[in-house]
Amino acid sequence: MIQLTSPFTDDGMRALKVGDEVAISGTLFTGRDVVHKYLHEGGSLPAGVNLRDGILYHCGPVVLPENGGWRVVAAGPTTSSREEPYQAQIIEKFGLRGVIGKGGMGARTLEACRKFGCVYLHAVGGAAQVLAECIKKVRGVSFLEQFGSPEAIWELEVEQFPAVVTMDAHGRSLHQEIFAASQSELIKRL
Amino acid sequence: MSCLQDSLVELIRRASAEIPDDVQRAILGSLHQEKQGTIAESALKLIERNIELAKAKSQPICQDTGSILFFVDAPVGLDQIAWEETAREAVRQATQRGYLRQNSVDSLTGVNDGTNVGPGSPTIHFHQHRAPHTEVRLVLKGGGCENVGAQYALPIEALKANRDLAGCRRAVLDAVLQAQGKGCGPGILGVCIGGDRATGYEHSKRQLLRLLDDRNPVPALDELEQDVLKTANELGIGPMGFGGKTTLLGVKVGVLNRLPASFFVSVSYMCWAYRRQGVTLGADDSIRNWLY
Repeated sequence: MIQLTSPFTDDGMRALKVGDEVAISGTLFTGRDVVHKYLHEGGSLPAGVNLRDGILYHCGPVVLPENGGWRVVAAGPTTSSREEPYQAQIIEKFGLRGVIGKGGMGARTLEACRKFGCVYLHAVGGAAQVLAECIKKVRGVSFLEQFGSPEAIWELEVEQFPAVVTMDAHGRSLHQEIFAASQSELIKRL
Repeated sequence: MSCLQDSLVELIRRASAEIPDDVQRAILGSLHQEKQGTIAESALKLIERNIELAKAKSQPICQDTGSILFFVDAPVGLDQIAWEETAREAVRQATQRGYLRQNSVDSLTGVNDGTNVGPGSPTIHFHQHRAPHTEVRLVLKGGGCENVGAQYALPIEALKANRDLAGCRRAVLDAVLQAQGKGCGPGILGVCIGGDRATGYEHSKRQLLRLLDDRNPVPALDELEQDVLKTANELGIGPMGFGGKTTLLGVKVGVLNRLPASFFVSVSYMCWAYRRQGVTLGADDSIRNWLY
């Protein structure tokens, strides 16, 4: 298990390769469909949200209010491919070093990862409890009223958050490779 | 609060937090099949731990608590209007308690009012039966797996899928290939051959009420189910699309009549976090027994 700690660096991310299992500690920001479209259309980040050298987590958590703060009840990844039209631009513009999600992303994101020293980190979809246990604190939330709870930007402090590198900064994508291999296996069986 | 409302809140809680036994057994079985030290094995171990943790903490297995689909078999004379109103209240309450995410969005305005109640949410399929008790089945189906569902209108030249069972097989396997890991595999397929665009999908979802280890009583469909399951697991897509031996845990196929002009094959993909539960209600609407 490779340890990744925020702030994340160009060198650190370029040292990773497809298949590496990592444990992430530090700050993550959530952002999913509405946030991506908003930023892509020129929206600005709210005060206190800085994505430079950071990791964006494709996640819409279940969060309950507790003692004047928040408690994350469940927080697994959502499907990333929906953000493919927006992700490359957001990596470039905001200086992301990593994107956590599930299901992988396409060629434009892969190219942005190569160009800007970013990786795609695959968390286990559906594993909302194991991943919520890694969230030690909710530091803040933006756009809660405007976008609704699942679509808001949650700032999370995490420890030992497990993920697998499935798209690296060297142009390799596990998803492309598995698609091609499974397609050729299927053709043999039709 | 009514007894029915209490029963439905408990049904929602358990569906959201606890995987049915048949599914957990299948996931455990697949864990033993994957090669040690692979990322597929790591993913399944994490899934296994997640299942235990969700149950122990009585919290959602997956944060996407999904479309709320009730299937109600009720005696003749049930007041469906009152029942539906109670079910909506139960959904509101389950959401406040965190058993369900605030998961229902106005498609026109984008507003999420946080209640999970609105047009189409929850969805309730009522069906009368000649028995004195009510059976309620609930499926919580997340958006990731719903998005990889697919409907094929045969024939499809590009897939060489004609209007026969071999063509249905090609269509279903194409859905598996296209889904890769995006639906949170290892997955379970509900399939309907026939029907129209709406009834086809609905019937495909109804297949997800079957037990994983049951067998289809129609020999041709049983053969198709076993064949697709075996073939899909030879493709190497694996858990989460990480590569590996377990791509699907089950395939369930139903049939509806079709029009001469239409031949739909509708595929609903269910994620490993197969939230399906059911209860038989007593005369006072308390939970008499669990169905899964």
